[in-house]
Amino acid sequence: MATETNEAAGAAAPGMPQLDFSTFPNQIFWLVVTLVIIYFILSRVALPRIAAVLAERQGTITNDIAAAEELKLKAVEAEQAYEQALADARTEAAKIAAETRAEIKAGLDEAIAKADAEIAARTAESEARITEIQASAMENVGVVARDTAAAIVAAIAPGTAEEQAINDAVDAKLKGAR
Amino acid sequence: MADEAKAEGGGLEFHPMDQFIVEPLFGSGPVAWYTVTNVTLWMALAIVCVVLMFVLGTSRRAVVPSRSQSIAELGYGFIYKMVEDITGKDGLKYFPYIMTLFLFIVFSNFLGLVPTAFTTTSHIAVTALLAMGVFLTVTVLGFVKNGVGFLSLFWVSAAPLAIRPILAVIEIISYFARPISHSIRLAGNMMAGHAVIKVFAGFAAIAAISPFSVLAVTAMYGLEVLVSFIQAYVFTILTCVYLKDALHPHH
Repeated sequence: MATETNEAAGAAAPGMPQLDFSTFPNQIFWLVVTLVIIYFILSRVALPRIAAVLAERQGTITNDIAAAEELKLKAVEAEQAYEQALADARTEAAKIAAETRAEIKAGLDEAIAKADAEIAARTAESEARITEIQASAMENVGVVARDTAAAIVAAIAPGTAEEQAINDAVDAKLKGAR
Repeated sequence: MADEAKAEGGGLEFHPMDQFIVEPLFGSGPVAWYTVTNVTLWMALAIVCVVLMFVLGTSRRAVVPSRSQSIAELGYGFIYKMVEDITGKDGLKYFPYIMTLFLFIVFSNFLGLVPTAFTTTSHIAVTALLAMGVFLTVTVLGFVKNGVGFLSLFWVSAAPLAIRPILAVIEIISYFARPISHSIRLAGNMMAGHAVIKVFAGFAAIAAISPFSVLAVTAMYGLEVLVSFIQAYVFTILTCVYLKDALHPHH
């Protein structure tokens, strides 16, 4: 019992366990083992892997930047091509518009001329017919006037009417009216 | 048994250093050099963390990284840039070596913050070996790369000739003090923080002080998170500085 207590007290280390030299070989042995293991893990696996990842990332970034630069150049080229195409299209459109305008104008002139000719022809025809209608109208007026005059004379002085005298009188009156 | 009786008696019992005891993981008995101890367990966990973050985390090799891969790349870039900035291009050969040191220390420190964990980097045996490794490597490398010219590190040609011998003595002393400060800085920081947390936690046994105690433990824990990273960073950057001295000894 007494020895046990003494041992327990000895294990409880009244001083610093750090200065208990009997444990030094143990600590040193395991420390060396640990350091060697960590060193091999790091130098064989971990560090090359991380270095590779970092290099790869750097490469990826560089490549991406180069690719972006290239794409930017392409975009500028495309824009220029677009501008060129636009300008070409505009010239072409102007040309087509001018041509079309000239064509339409020619057609229009022709149509106008044709229409003018037709209008003139129709007008002449119409005038001829108007003249004709006027002439026949005047003639009809003369006939109506003569008939009316003969009827009036017959009504006022029956039997005295002389057809020739009435016609002359009406003609004279009509000539005066004209 | 006597301790337990004392604790039941109502007195405050502080065992802030018990957390640093190296003990066999299975059974009990003396700790031989090959014994599987809690040191083994927590160092193995550090290896597991390295594998999780740097092997499984990057296993997809994505150009657009996932979260874990981002963290691994961030860590890689952080140390890579540090080595490149301080030692120059010719120091990059030693990058895996420095990365190993940094990852071991940073993961050990953070694993030590897990409650009931064992902090391997709080032991002077561990940090001294790390520091001696750096010191011997740098010294041997310095002589291999520069021959006797490496000694010009101690001969400050910028100073007046009269005080150069005195400076040389100081430089030599500071050179040999490097591994000591290098190792004690890390172990001391880790040990002190954890011990202080334990002391504050011990006060929680008294009801009246316990709210303050919990608050203090929380604050210390936050500070320890910072210290864990900063100490790993300091250890790594000093390693880089020493390496630079070996590669370019001329001031």
